[in-house]
Amino acid sequence: MHAIEETIKETCKKLWDDGEVNRILAWEKGLFDHDAAPALFRSRERISHLVYNEHCGGNLSKFLIKEMEKEGKVLVLLKPCDTYGFNQLLSENRINREKVYILGVPCGGMRDERGLLFKCLSCKGNDFKASDQIIESDLSVPAPVPSGEEEKLNKMTAEERFAFWRGQLSKCIRCNACRNVCPACSCIKCVFDNRDSGIETKANSDAFEENLFHIIRAFHVAGRCTDCGECSRVCPQNIPLYLLNRKMIEEMNERYGTYQAGENPEAKSPLTEFKESDPEISAEYGKGGVSSC
Amino acid sequence: MLKMPLKCLDALFLELSKEHQVFAPMEKAGSVSFFPWKEGDTVCLDTLLTDHSPKSFFFPQSETLYRARREEGSLSIVPEEAEEISSVYFGVRACDRRSFEILDRVFLSTPCDSCYESKRRNGYVVTLACENPEDTCFCQTFGIDPAWPGGDVSVWIADGDLYWKSLTEKGEALTELVEGLFEAGDHEKAEEEKAKIRKKLEALPLKDLSLGRFEHPDSAMDLFESEQWETLSDTCLGCGICTFLCPTCQCYDICDYDTGHEIRKFRCWDSCMYPGFTEMSHGNNRNSQMQRFRQRFMHKLVYFPENNGGVYSCVGCGRCLRKCPSSLNIVRVIKAIGESDAEGGNDE
Repeated sequence: MHAIEETIKETCKKLWDDGEVNRILAWEKGLFDHDAAPALFRSRERISHLVYNEHCGGNLSKFLIKEMEKEGKVLVLLKPCDTYGFNQLLSENRINREKVYILGVPCGGMRDERGLLFKCLSCKGNDFKASDQIIESDLSVPAPVPSGEEEKLNKMTAEERFAFWRGQLSKCIRCNACRNVCPACSCIKCVFDNRDSGIETKANSDAFEENLFHIIRAFHVAGRCTDCGECSRVCPQNIPLYLLNRKMIEEMNERYGTYQAGENPEAKSPLTEFKESDPEISAEYGKGGVSSC
Repeated sequence: MLKMPLKCLDALFLELSKEHQVFAPMEKAGSVSFFPWKEGDTVCLDTLLTDHSPKSFFFPQSETLYRARREEGSLSIVPEEAEEISSVYFGVRACDRRSFEILDRVFLSTPCDSCYESKRRNGYVVTLACENPEDTCFCQTFGIDPAWPGGDVSVWIADGDLYWKSLTEKGEALTELVEGLFEAGDHEKAEEEKAKIRKKLEALPLKDLSLGRFEHPDSAMDLFESEQWETLSDTCLGCGICTFLCPTCQCYDICDYDTGHEIRKFRCWDSCMYPGFTEMSHGNNRNSQMQRFRQRFMHKLVYFPENNGGVYSCVGCGRCLRKCPSSLNIVRVIKAIGESDAEGGNDE
């Protein structure tokens, strides 16, 4: 990993010296060994503080939105899985491809002090779906290990499932970290922050979280969620939010055919494209399109 | 000093719950926080820090202040009655206990906040010494001693026994309730436990953290101009994790909730990290994440101490160190800005 980090630094310096980029979005050392902090490097001198190790779990794509307002090209380090979120932002015109230089960095699975990150258990593989240059290495991502949680939920009765989500979502403290980190949640003004929307609230009330916030968010990102797992990674209350999104993905795959958001920025999401072969949901599943709940 | 076998904890709680509602750290849906205890519940005394800070005992995340209703052409305003329920908070750590003193300065100073005051007055704080402090702890920076945690009663756990020391009148009242379960405890044993804890503190990575320039109020306003704020806040997500988990953050918003039948006036925690924080008719006084980020730390480390006899609004609990998705915690701020030279730059 150290050799990879050195190669990354040298590559960054070269691109900086060539005038290709004038900022770098990467990681620097945090407080502890198991702690790498996302950072924007605004000077060439600071590149010496850049780190890349097995603790660089976050996806830096979301930070690119803010960088689009600035002059010049920003270099961003993206792992294979991060490129899906990047493509999603690109397809929604939230970032300008011309203003980004993607340095693809290899990944052998990311860890925190407890071990392999949960999101790495559903790794999408070694392929970069977007890049300008890739740091070569023999590092390989971990093999996916199904969590089995989706099946467990599917097997529950509607009452059990309701109780499960009540328990989980009542922990929510409305910190909005899941939304703020999500590459599919990039509205300039979120409906939940908009006084005129009628559903803006800062309070954590059980009725609100359980009936509105997370459910609406899951619907809102349906067809655009890449299943990157960042929402669950950042949740300070350990709510398995990914399960809501996976359910949406599962339902859509079943009806419209398998689709992976972020794989190809040119592809149309099943919910934004109409085909005559699309199922007639209400005819097939009854009013509301409910199949098994 | 009193002692009882730890295995009799249930009996202790049962006795306490005859006169008080007892709160203790418990696991619920994979997360440990303080919940009301009832017979048969398992208490997690091994958990160093609860996910939620205990500030919500006295300052809940949302609470109704009054209800307004139009009745036959007139408007009635009904203030929410303060609940006078006495509660025992068992297992509060030294850092979190200190946070109550900081909240007191805000809510109990004139004009006294009656919602907070009644809960505080009815609360009995039983602290628990930190047998196993963790790498993210830095309470010592603020003069807090996790081996001697304070409160109304302090509790130590050593060799399967629970040691109980009452420290206030409220503590004495609790002791009277439960005395029958205890025998006289060996003072030396608790002292040994304290010494053990203090030894562990010596090995912590942040034990020598000093506030640097934040310690000298004369130069503190210069800190406002530091270029480091921009550099640090570049990757702030603008979420509310730090604020909401922080035991000392005490800002709130007051809002209306229209139920369709009445208006419920409530207050709820707010975060200075949010763009809509203290929004006024002319707009917002802090428009960038850098300004919001700077405000949070300047408040904790400069403005609050300036207005409160040098008391910082941080207790070193380390929740932000554990949970910030961007590792943008207060220790990194202290290191980057507090330890930088007066010109605002450091070698990074």
